[in-house]
Amino acid sequence: MKHIAMAAEPTAATETHCPYCALQCGMALRVADGAGAGADVEVVERASFPVNRGALCGKGRTAAEVLRTGVRLGSPLVRSDGILRAAGWDEALDRIVSGFRDVQGKHGRDAVGVFGGGGLTNEKAYALGKFARVVLRTSNIDYNGRFCMSSAAAAHRKAFGVDRGLPFPLADIPKTGCAIVVGSNLADTMPPALRYLTELKENGGSLVVVDPRRTRTAAEATLHLQPVPGTDLALALGMLHLAIADGHVDEAFVAERTSGFAAARASAMAHWPERVERITGVPVPLMRRAVEMFAEAASGMVLTARGPEQQSKGTDTVGAWINLCLATGKAGRPYSGYGCLTGQGNGQGGREHGQKADQLPGYRSITDAADRAHIASVWGVDEASLPGPGRSAYELLDALGSDVKALLVMGSNPVVSAPRAAHVTDRLKSLDFLVVSDVVLSETAELADVVLPSAQWAEESGTTTNLEGRVILRQAAVTPPPGVRTDLFALHHLAARMGVSYGFPTDPETVFDELRAATSGAQADYAGITYDRIRREQGVFWPCPDEAHPGTPRLFLDRFGTPDGRARFADVAHRPAAEEPDAEYPLYLTTGRVLAQYQSGAQTRRVAELNAAEPGPFVEVHPHLADRLGVAEGELLEVTSRRGRAVAPVRVSGAIRPDTVFMPFHWGGAGRANSLTNPALDPTSKMPEFKVCAVRVERADGPVQVPAAEPVAADVRSAL
Amino acid sequence: MSGRQIVVVGAGMAAARLTAQLLARDPDAAVTLFGDEPHVPYNRALLADVLTGRYAADAIGLPAASAQVRTGSEVVAVDTAARTLELADGSIAAYDTLVFATGSNPVLPPIRNLHCTSNTGEGGRLKQGVHAFRTLADCARLAEAVPGARRAVVVGGGILGVSAARALAALGLPVEIVHQAPYLMERHLDEQGGAALHRALADLGVAVYPENRAKSLVGTDRTEGVELANGYRLDADLVVLACGVRPRVGLARAAGLEVRTGIVVDDTLATSAPDVYAIGDCTEHRGRVHGLAGPAWEQADVLAAHLCGAPAEYPGSRVFARLTAGPVEIAAFGDVAPVDGDGHDVIRLADPTRGTYKKLVLRGDRLVGGILVGDLATVGALTHAYERDEVVPEDPLHLLISRGAPQ
Repeated sequence: MKHIAMAAEPTAATETHCPYCALQCGMALRVADGAGAGADVEVVERASFPVNRGALCGKGRTAAEVLRTGVRLGSPLVRSDGILRAAGWDEALDRIVSGFRDVQGKHGRDAVGVFGGGGLTNEKAYALGKFARVVLRTSNIDYNGRFCMSSAAAAHRKAFGVDRGLPFPLADIPKTGCAIVVGSNLADTMPPALRYLTELKENGGSLVVVDPRRTRTAAEATLHLQPVPGTDLALALGMLHLAIADGHVDEAFVAERTSGFAAARASAMAHWPERVERITGVPVPLMRRAVEMFAEAASGMVLTARGPEQQSKGTDTVGAWINLCLATGKAGRPYSGYGCLTGQGNGQGGREHGQKADQLPGYRSITDAADRAHIASVWGVDEASLPGPGRSAYELLDALGSDVKALLVMGSNPVVSAPRAAHVTDRLKSLDFLVVSDVVLSETAELADVVLPSAQWAEESGTTTNLEGRVILRQAAVTPPPGVRTDLFALHHLAARMGVSYGFPTDPETVFDELRAATSGAQADYAGITYDRIRREQGVFWPCPDEAHPGTPRLFLDRFGTPDGRARFADVAHRPAAEEPDAEYPLYLTTGRVLAQYQSGAQTRRVAELNAAEPGPFVEVHPHLADRLGVAEGELLEVTSRRGRAVAPVRVSGAIRPDTVFMPFHWGGAGRANSLTNPALDPTSKMPEFKVCAVRVERADGPVQVPAAEPVAADVRSAL
Repeated sequence: MSGRQIVVVGAGMAAARLTAQLLARDPDAAVTLFGDEPHVPYNRALLADVLTGRYAADAIGLPAASAQVRTGSEVVAVDTAARTLELADGSIAAYDTLVFATGSNPVLPPIRNLHCTSNTGEGGRLKQGVHAFRTLADCARLAEAVPGARRAVVVGGGILGVSAARALAALGLPVEIVHQAPYLMERHLDEQGGAALHRALADLGVAVYPENRAKSLVGTDRTEGVELANGYRLDADLVVLACGVRPRVGLARAAGLEVRTGIVVDDTLATSAPDVYAIGDCTEHRGRVHGLAGPAWEQADVLAAHLCGAPAEYPGSRVFARLTAGPVEIAAFGDVAPVDGDGHDVIRLADPTRGTYKKLVLRGDRLVGGILVGDLATVGALTHAYERDEVVPEDPLHLLISRGAPQ
C-alpha cells in the first residue's frame, strides 16, 4: 500500500476521504515537514481505495484550500450591538447556554430547534441527535438531508423494508446489462463515478439517462430520454405499461418475491404509452426502446438522484421506478436492483443516526416503544424523557419565529440551500437566538448571534457512510488552528454547562463505540464495525452485527428487508407538479449543480481554482427561448416566481428544453436560485419540490439590487 | 364531502378516472359506480391489442381505488326529484350527487341485410360474422371468430377502424377497409397523410377502398361478403363495424335532463338537473361532443376538483389523434387542412421511401395544426407547443427535425 511506502519518507501521508460528495473518494493528505497547525496540506492519490481508485475531481483535488486561515473562521464570533465580533470559546459557549435557557424558560423545551447536516460525520450526527434529545430535550431536530434523499429513503423503506442508498457496491455497475440513470448528472456531481458508466458501455451494456437536460451524463447515454420536468413518474408508469404489454414481466419473480403487483399493473394501465407521451413529451418509440434495452438485458439497475426525488411526489416517483425493476425481475439478484445516488458526503450516515425528526440512531423509530427503550438504556436516561417526533426540515424552518424561538445550526447553510430561501432567511432573522457552527462564515452564519468555528475533515477523525452503505474512516492529518474546535468539543462543553457532564465525549472513536451499541440489532447495524476494521478492509458495509461478521456489500439477494421478505410494488399514479406553468409564469425552472461547486458553495466558493471555473450563477436557456427573449450570451436575465426573483447572466445552450430554464443553486445573493423554488412538500418524505416550479423570465434592464449582508465587525473581516 | 353519496352511472374510462381523482383528493369519499358490463373499469384504448393477444383481457383493468363498483348493474331510471335511481333488478339506490358517465354506443351504418334474414327465429339479430368493436365482450367474440375466418372487411376508416384492421392483419387475416371519405382518418389527416397511412397499412396486408360505401351484406344468417355502392363485391366472413359512436343519452333524456346530441353540460360539467353532472363520451359541452378518452379524462379531473370544492372549470379540450398500431405511428392535432391563402403557412416534409410524412400549419408565430406519420421524434415538442399555444421559433423547421432539437 502506497501510504506505507511513503511512511518512510520525511513527510507521512494520512489516508482519509474527500470532504465533499457521497462518493467519499479515498485520498491521502501529506503535510509539509515540520509544519504545525494551519499547515500546508497536499492532497495525494490513494489508489488502494476501490471506489475511486485514485481518481479525484477538481473539488477533491483542491479540498485543502479551505484549510487555509484566510478563508475560514479563526475564532468564535458573538453579536454585540448588532455586529459580529471575535470572542473566546468560554464567552461564546456561555452566550449559547444563556440564550437557550432563556428561550426554553419562556417558551418551553421545543422552542429551541436543531438543524443538522448531511456533511457531518456519523459521530457528530449521532452526538447532535443525542444532544437535542438528552440535553435540550426538544423534539424539533431535523437536517438538510431532508432536502436530499428523503424521498428515496421513504420509497426504499416502503418497497424493500430497508433504506440503504445502493444495495450493491458501485463496482457492480459495469457488470449489469442495462442501467437507467434518472435525474442524475453524476458526470458533474461525482465525476469519478462516471467511469462506472463508461465501463458498463465498454462491457457491452447499455445506458439510459432520463433528464430534462442533455447533461454531460446524458451525452454518455446509449439513449437519452428528455421529459418535461416533473413528469418522470408518468414516464416510469408508461415504461411499466410497455413492459407488461410487450411480455417483459418476470412472472415467477413477481409471484415468488413481491406483493402488490395487481394494483401496480392497474395503475400502469391508466398510463398507456400514448398518454404518457402527451404528459412527458417522450415519444412512444423511444420509451419502447428503453424498455427493451432494460427488460431484455440479463440484469438491470435503476439509479435515481435528486431529479425524481426533489419533487412534491418524489416518494411516488421513486416507487414507480422501483416497480419497473420489480416487474422485470431486476432486483434482489446479482448486478440488478434499484439504488439512490446519495448526494451529500455523509448523506447516508447522516440520516441513519438520529438527526431526523422521527428517528433514533440505527434507523430506530422515535415512536416505537422497544426502539425508545433501547436507546434510553444506551444513553442512560429515562425512556419517558425522550421527546417524540418533531417537524421536518422545511416545516421547522418555516416555524422559526413563531413557536420555535432559537435554533442551533450545525453544518448547513439554509439561507442558500433551502427552498423559498428569502422567506427562510426572514424566518431565521425573526429568531430570538441563532447559533451556527461552521467552518466558514456562511450566509447563514452571518445572521447568527453566536458563530462557532468548527474543525474540518482533515483536522478531526470520524466515520462517514458513503452512497454504497460502506462505512469509512476519515483520519485527522493536522491539528486545527488555535481558535478552532471540533463540533464534539462544542457539544461536550455545551452539555456540561447545561448540566449533563457525562455522555458527550470529545474523542470520535469513543462516540463511535457508543453508536455501535446504540445501533446493535437495528436495521443500520454498526455493532461489528471498528475503526481498525475500517482501516484494514477499505471500509465495512452495514449491516454488520458483530466483529466476526464480514459486513454486507449486497443486500436482498435472498430476501428483501420487509417482514415477509417480499418487495412491495408501489400503488402510485401520476399527478402534476405543485406548480405548473401558466400565462403569468409560463416556463419551468429546474435547479441543480455544476462541476466546480458543491452544495451551497460555502466551501468551494472559497477556492480560487473552482471559482475561476464556475465564477457565479447563471440561467441556462435554449436558443429558441433566447431568441424570443432577445438576449445574447452573458446578458442579464431576471427570473421571477411567485416567491421571489433572481438575476443572473444567461447561458444559451441547446442542451435544455425550450420550455425550461435551469439555474445552479450554489450561490446566495441576487443570483440565488432558491429565491424562486417552491417549498411544496412530498406528503410522505416532506421533501421540497426543488426540481420544478413555474417562472417568468425577462431581460434585466434595470439596476440589479444585491441584498446587503448582515454586518460583521472589521476585526472579523480582517481575520478572514 | 364526507358522508355524501356520489353515484356514477357507468363504469368506463371516464368513471374510473373520476373515481381515482376523487379518492386521491378525499380518501374517505363514498363513491359507487354502476356498470352494465360484467367487468370492473378497463382501458378501452387498449382493446385492439387485447385482440392481438398483446394484453390479457384481465390485464387492462383500471384502478378504481376504494370505490364500490357494481358490475352488471344496469340503471333503468333516474328520479332527479327523489334523488334515486332504479336498477334493472328493480332495486332502488339513493344519491346525493349523481354523475352520468354512460359513454357511447357504436353507430350502426345504414347497410342493407346487416341482420339475419332467415325465418328460423334469428331475424333481427346481426348476422353471424358481423361485429361491433367497443367492449371487452365484442373483443372476446371477435377473438373467437378470427381463427375460423378467411377474409375480413372493416367498415369505417377512422382511428378505431384502422386499429381494428391492423389487429386483424396481425392475426394473419387478409383485411380490407371500406371507407366513405377520400382517405383514412380524414377528420385528422390531410390527403398526403392519408396516403402515407394507406401505404403503411398495405405493408401490413391491409387493403383500403376509399370513397366507397358498404351498401349491403351478402348472405342470410351468416355474412359472406360486402357489396359496395359501386357494385363491387368483397368476399368476407368477418365484418367489423367501425362507423363512429353516438352518446348514450336515453336514460338522461328519460330523466328530463337537457339533451341535444349529448347530455348538455356547463363549464363545471353540471347538467340541467341539480346535483347531476355528466362527463365523457355522453356529454355535449359548448356544442361539442368528443368521444375520445383524452377529453373524457380532462372532464373527470375538473369534476373531481369541483366536487371537492376546488375552483375548476372545463374550458374544452384540444383534440389530438394519436395512433400506435403495431409499426404504424400517427400523431395529428388541430387544423391540418386550412383553406389556402388565409394567412396560414404550411410546411411539409415527405419521405415516401421511409414512409414518413410531416406537416405543420402555422398562423403567424403559432402552431395551429400538425401531422406526423412514421417519424414521431418531435411529437413531444410539437404537441406541447400546440397545447400551450407557444410562440414557435423563427425557423419552424426545427420543430420537424429531431437532431439538434430537444425531442
